[in-house]
Amino acid sequence: MDKNVDITMTVNGETVTRRVEARTNLVDFLRYELGLTGSHVGCEHGVCGACTVRVDGSIVRGCLMVAAQADGADVWTIEGVTETGEIKGLQDAFVERNALQCGFCTPGMLLTVAELMERKPDASREEIREFISGNFCRCTGYQAIVDAVEMARAKGDA
Amino acid sequence: MKPAPFAYARASSLDDALELLAQHGDDARLLAGGQSLMATLNMRLSAPEILIDLNRIDGLVGIDDTGDALRIGAMTRHVDIETSDAVATHAPLIAAAMEHIAHPAIRNRGTFGGSIAFADPAAELPACAVALDATMHIAGKGGERTVAAGDFFRGLYETAVGPGEILTAVSVPKIAAGWKSGFLELARRHGDYAIIGLCAHVEFDGKSFGDGRLVFFGAGDRPISAPKSAALLKGKSWSDALADELASSLKQELDPPEDLNADGPMRKHLAGVLVKRTLGPLAGA
Repeated sequence: MDKNVDITMTVNGETVTRRVEARTNLVDFLRYELGLTGSHVGCEHGVCGACTVRVDGSIVRGCLMVAAQADGADVWTIEGVTETGEIKGLQDAFVERNALQCGFCTPGMLLTVAELMERKPDASREEIREFISGNFCRCTGYQAIVDAVEMARAKGDA
Repeated sequence: MKPAPFAYARASSLDDALELLAQHGDDARLLAGGQSLMATLNMRLSAPEILIDLNRIDGLVGIDDTGDALRIGAMTRHVDIETSDAVATHAPLIAAAMEHIAHPAIRNRGTFGGSIAFADPAAELPACAVALDATMHIAGKGGERTVAAGDFFRGLYETAVGPGEILTAVSVPKIAAGWKSGFLELARRHGDYAIIGLCAHVEFDGKSFGDGRLVFFGAGDRPISAPKSAALLKGKSWSDALADELASSLKQELDPPEDLNADGPMRKHLAGVLVKRTLGPLAGA
């Protein structure tokens, strides 16, 4: 049985075509095939959220989806949304409020809070915490992250 | 870790998926949302030869009002159930359970049928299905058959879905007048699998309880009903004495397992806590 697949998808607005092993998960595809190393690989079983990327408009775990499933999809990573400036307000607020230290969780965290601001712009602190509960941060204790989200929102930048 | 190599086939229709399943038998695994399967593959707890991807089969997606019930397609994603007005109105138990299922990114991918067919005994939806007396629709080469939720879960990760069959939909009866649902679980962190959880679906006659079902998850090898304890409710109104009676009855009726999170006696104790916290507010106490 052929254990490779041909796939074509849009990544950060550009069409890419590759032949990959069927077992290649989406985040490894983005990192190793496309060199987009902003999406991180932590636990590889869906717990930590470091591999969060956006597929067809919604955040997903990049480790719990094989690249073959993203054939035909519209994929965005932290590199793409940084370049478009879409989340600049959130990024600036993260810097200003020290919402990161080592930065390992940050790309996934930013994509997650960007989706929350889209879905529920008036989320309370408790709801922000709930929404990011699938994204582990081992540096900040989350307080500063919630502060940063509130700050970006208050400035109308979220 | 990385999964062992496998082949990948994208089913274009239910018939196509059944055909692929017939062709590959035990070497194949069905890929629904993949939020549990991919993790087990990554940890090499399972190493199928081929994954049959069900994600492009249109007919398996959607929430249809069939009069007395909601028919929820197996490939309907959690996020679409979470945001469904029909589910909120007619199946409030399921609506209440949704936010407890993992995290937003996982609910964007994970599917209703996938969670039920996977049959993790600590998962929320299998217990909801049993509490609501849902009907499972299972397709095979010979056509469709239905199985009551109470007969569907056969053991640890075991269901009535046989070789060569696929769970295609779940029909959830609409909540009847006079009935109320309550959902609660105890987990160390939001989104984690519960130490123990309760789906309560009970009838009220004024202040008094009528019929009802109490179904626990994380309490055994499958969703665990507690009919003897539920029967104690009938004809009574809520009181501290009834709460105590239920708690001690549940200690007799349940036989929960021990794991890293809690031992059996602690889970029995927590079952009583859940019943008290769930039924009290339902009864307006």
